This record gives sequence, structure tokens and C-alpha cells, in this order.
Amino acid sequence: MSLTRTLAVVLRQFYLIRGSFSRVFPLFAWVAIDMVLWGFITRYLNSITAAEFNFVPALLGAVLLWDFLVRVMQGVTMAFFEDVWSRNFLNIFATPLSISEYLGGLVVSSIATSSVGLVVMLVLTTTIFGLSFLSYGLMIVPYLLILFMCGIALGIFSSAVVLRMGPAAEWFIWPLPALISPFAGVFYPVATLPKWMQGVSAVLPPSYVFEGMRTVVTGHSVSPGPILWGGCLAAVYILLACWFFTRTYRYAVRSGLLARYSAENLS
Amino acid sequence: MAPRSIPAVLAVEKLRKIYGDITALDGISFSVGHNEIVGLVGPNGAGKTTTINMVLGVLAPSAGTIEIAGVDIATNRSRALQDTNFAAVYAPLPGNLSVYENLRVFGLIYSVDDLAERIQTVLEQFELERFRNVKCGVLSSGEQTRVGLAKAMLNRPQLLLLDEPTASLDPAAARDIRARIHEFATQGSTGILWTSHNMYEVQEICDRVLFLSHGRILLEGDPRTLPHEHGKDSLEELFVTVAREPLSLEAN
Repeated sequence: MSLTRTLAVVLRQFYLIRGSFSRVFPLFAWVAIDMVLWGFITRYLNSITAAEFNFVPALLGAVLLWDFLVRVMQGVTMAFFEDVWSRNFLNIFATPLSISEYLGGLVVSSIATSSVGLVVMLVLTTTIFGLSFLSYGLMIVPYLLILFMCGIALGIFSSAVVLRMGPAAEWFIWPLPALISPFAGVFYPVATLPKWMQGVSAVLPPSYVFEGMRTVVTGHSVSPGPILWGGCLAAVYILLACWFFTRTYRYAVRSGLLARYSAENLS
Repeated sequence: MAPRSIPAVLAVEKLRKIYGDITALDGISFSVGHNEIVGLVGPNGAGKTTTINMVLGVLAPSAGTIEIAGVDIATNRSRALQDTNFAAVYAPLPGNLSVYENLRVFGLIYSVDDLAERIQTVLEQFELERFRNVKCGVLSSGEQTRVGLAKAMLNRPQLLLLDEPTASLDPAAARDIRARIHEFATQGSTGILWTSHNMYEVQEICDRVLFLSHGRILLEGDPRTLPHEHGKDSLEELFVTVAREPLSLEAN
């Protein structure tokens, strides 16, 4: 694996973002709007409910962490879509660049772009609404890591779906996080859900993060077992997503889809 | 001890591609040597682009092998493509990056040594200096062709694949580009596989020509003598015969 080739994919993304307001703006604008909106909602909820419960770390913090996962996922898919939109597959895949180098480039690009969103969210929620990551203690590190890994897995999986189904399939991708969030227990404990939904939650790593986070903010101690399990699940999903992308790529090379990608399918 | 023979830049053996009931390529074999320019010609749908896509590793063959400088692309894709590059009129570089940005990104992908210097050289070679910071999408088709060729020569490839490289150029620009490509092939050890529908061009620049029809190589030889060997006055006349009456040539 060549680091230079991976960095070439990152550099391409940097060049695109650097010169484009329409690419820079979404890095922070939508998360900023989300934080302001949910910040005022939590402030209102604090004013009408019991004084001992603080909605800021429980609800605003959850929205922040969920938005972070979504940004990580979109960091991967947006970098991939740049090749779709500029019809660049032939140029990019007819080079020594390997799939692992290409995916590595998408992931590093996502780290950079999602970090911008995370910093903006932190600044807004800390300065305006008094959210402090310190209230989660050291557990914030594994929480962020697990959500990051899930975002990467989701981003790679989504890219593979678009590679297989054609450019129009990107409309399947955008609502994916919204589809997952009810099962992940972002806004409420998983116990609120019916049994069958709890079964789905059990295989979603973010559900362990949000359950743990709520336990921390209510002043209880968190056992490391569920978080470790969530981390292991997230690692497995990354491997599965990479396997799915590689398999899809090989199908595209075998069937001729990659060389005629604009046709969307071969029928 | 007998000297070891230098492997051909490109060695294609019994290459076959089947899509369902359709045979796009039917077991073709050919090679391209160092400093050799080989023309791959044939009617639309003959299998030229299919062949090029397979050599570039973006289309897997149903059967057969492809070796680039002795390296099998099926088992060692990255190494084989390290010394390969291509330019095709249907694969322009991303229009939302400038000429320099595109060359830098692809230069890194091909791990080009002294990249800044090399970019400057190809910019000068293809008279692209004034477009250095211009986005590729706003260039004319002829200028984009030159950028594509600059990218194709960036890594000084041993194998250069050119799919109708002069298709969008006016005659004067096309002649100029042919001269540059010929110079590139003769200076180093590059072998070139060149597809074109311009028989004048093929006759002028190619050392050898392969006539492809219905996925098979029907004729092979020197483009300057081949027409007479088959009772035709020109390469274009021979091309028309290949396109319309391939069976008459197969019978010969």
C-alpha cells in the first residue's frame, strides 16, 4: 500500500474544497443550524421540566454525536461522489491505485471534513448552550471512536451501493442515517422501543454509545463491556463494508460496468 | 550463456471477452515491442476499446492473459499499471480541477519522481503553460486532448495506450501531436498501442497495424505495404473491405 497514492486522493479532495464555496459551506452550515435548533429546544425543555435533569448533555450532546456520525459518512460518500459526478472512474481506476489506497484516501478526506463539522458544533454548543464534553468523562473518546468507525463503514457501504446501482442511487444513500437513528436510540433509551426494534438496536454500535452516554449524564457508572462490544461490532462493519466495496468493484470490472458506468446498468 | 530476451512492452495472449451471448473479443493475441507504435484499427464495435479497457485493468477478460513488461496484470495489477498510461477522448480529466492540479494528483498516483519538474516539462511539451491554473472544464476539446496527453506521458510509461488521440483536433494540431507522440516513442523505450479511424494517420505513424473485426484480428502488417499485399490502393480502401466484407479477407 502506497501512502503517496492515498494522499493523492486526499489532495484531489482538498483542491476541490479549497476552490469551492458550495463545498466549504455544507461542512459547517447544516450542523451549525442543527446545534442552534436543538440547543434552544433543550433550553426550553430545561425550563419546563424538573430542575435536577439537564437536557443539554443528554439531548443536545446526542444530536451532536449523531451529526458527527452523519458527517463522517458524508465525508466518505462526498469524496466518492466527486469521481461519479466528474465521470472519473476510468482515469482513476486505470492507474496503479489499489482499492485499499482509494478507500484509505476517502477515509482520510472524511477525517478532515468531519473534523471541521465537529469543531464548529463544539464551539457553538459550548459557548452558547454550555455543553461540556467533560461531563461525559473519558468515555467521550470511545464514543467518538465508535461513531467515527460506524460513519466510515456506512460511507464505504453507501459508495459501494452507488458503484453497483449507478449515479441515480445516491438518493438511496442520503436518508440512510435517518433510517438508522430510530433504532440507534439517539434521543431515547432503547428500552422505549418494541422488542423487535430492540433486536435491531442490539446489532447497531451507536445504540451502545447513546445508552452509555445517557448512563453517564444521569450520574451512574458505565460498565466497559457494552462499549467494547459496540467497538467490536463497528470494526466488523468496517471490514464488511470494505469487503462489499471490493466485491462490487470486482463485479463492475468483470461485467464491464466500470468501463461503461454512465450507462448505470448493462441491460 | 544466451542473453535474456527483453519482454515485449505488451503481450496479449488468447484474449477473450464474452457478454452473455455476445463475443466481443474472440481470442486475440498480439504484442507491442519497445519503441514500436502499433495501430489497432477496425470498424465501430470491432473490439478496440474493449481491448484497451482490458489492458488498463478496468475490464476483466473472460479468458487469456495480458502482460505489461513481463508483469501479469491479473496477478500484479498495481505493478503492471505503474508503467502504463493512456489518453482517450472519452475519458477527459476532471473539469473541476485546474491543469496543474490534475497533473499533480495523477503524478502522485503514478509516484512520479521530481514531480514539479516533470509537470513543468510536459506543460512546456504540450504548450499548456498558459493554462496551468485554468480549470480543465473550460478548455477547448483540443486543449483538453493535450492535457490528457500530458497526463499520459507524465510517468514516462513503458506502455502508452492512445484511443483516438487526435479525434477532436484540427489537421494542423493533429499533425503536431502525432510528431510529439512519435518523438516520445523514439526517444525512450515506450511502446504505443494506438487506435484511430484516420488511416492516413495510421499509415504515417504506425510501425505495424492490426485490423480488428468482430473481435478477431483479421490482418496484421506494415501499414505502408499491407494494402498492396491485399490488392488495395490504400489503407482506407482496405479498412472499408475489412468493415464490409471481412469474410473475403478471412478466406485469403
